[in-house]
Amino acid sequence: MTIREKWILEAGALSRRTLLRGGTLSAAAIGLLAGAPALFASRRADASAEQDVRILNTALAAEHEAVAAYQVGAESGLLKKDALDLAVQFQGQHKEHVELLTSTVRKLGGSPAGEKASYQFPVEKLKTQEDVLRFAAGLEKGAVSAYLGAIPILGSGDLAKAAASILGDEAMHWAVLRYVLGENPVPHAFVS
Amino acid sequence: MRGSAALLFLASTGLFAGGLVGAGAGSPSPEIAAGREIYERCGACHSLERDRVGPRHCSLFGRRAGSVPGFAYSEAMRNSDIVWNRQTLDAFLADPLGTVPGTFMTYAGIQDPKQRADLLAFLEIATRSEPCEPLSTGSAP
Repeated sequence: MTIREKWILEAGALSRRTLLRGGTLSAAAIGLLAGAPALFASRRADASAEQDVRILNTALAAEHEAVAAYQVGAESGLLKKDALDLAVQFQGQHKEHVELLTSTVRKLGGSPAGEKASYQFPVEKLKTQEDVLRFAAGLEKGAVSAYLGAIPILGSGDLAKAAASILGDEAMHWAVLRYVLGENPVPHAFVS
Repeated sequence: MRGSAALLFLASTGLFAGGLVGAGAGSPSPEIAAGREIYERCGACHSLERDRVGPRHCSLFGRRAGSVPGFAYSEAMRNSDIVWNRQTLDAFLADPLGTVPGTFMTYAGIQDPKQRADLLAFLEIATRSEPCEPLSTGSAP
């Protein structure tokens, strides 16, 4: 068994444990903004809160799409069990991001972006497990860049911290997917 | 167009921005190759041929901002009165929120002029090549 195969098996076990925990927000997610009630109280009427809501809603729309994309991958029949477990685990974390962003937008007085009725995925080009994983890796890489571009324009340090926490998670997804694909998982010292 | 090598390269670039991006079959110019890599940053929200969180980029050049049929733009973008070309895209990519306040493209922008030039060099080719050709006819003004 290669190191990579062993790692995938361990990740799969973790994924199953994550699923057993249920669909509620993790303590870590709750804690991200739990200490910032003043942010919500003081910013609801703040003009910059409107921009923050737009930023978070754009991120939320992308997170909804990521959840749907992993669903397509999971239902494609192309993923072997270990890769499927990994995809389900990552999808579960995107769902947690959705929940955190949704509740935050609401607390800021906004209307959270919902999931679309349908998404346009290039399913006709997904023919192998590698195609699916490479597709997911591309989404994760883009997500890292999107959060990196959103953090500097968020109006509060608390929101930037929460966004950075999500960025870190999605960067890990990207790295793991690259590793499973046999690529250098961390090709650069900086992300862009 | 910058030659058949660039087109071959683009034809091999796969699905979403940052999606299934394979090795190029041809040898694109250095700026187009760099631009393609920069375009992968857009992959959470955009693709060439599909509307996603952001609108598709096929047939981008010459298109009026906010005009892809069926895409839910911000009011700010719909009313921006911008036609996308090298100059308007360069300004928007440098500072999306400053250029179109209220846009849903809530991104700090690409500050490096060279990176923007590379990205635009890529987009200028990619948005009128495969996979855009089959979907561009009649789908956007």
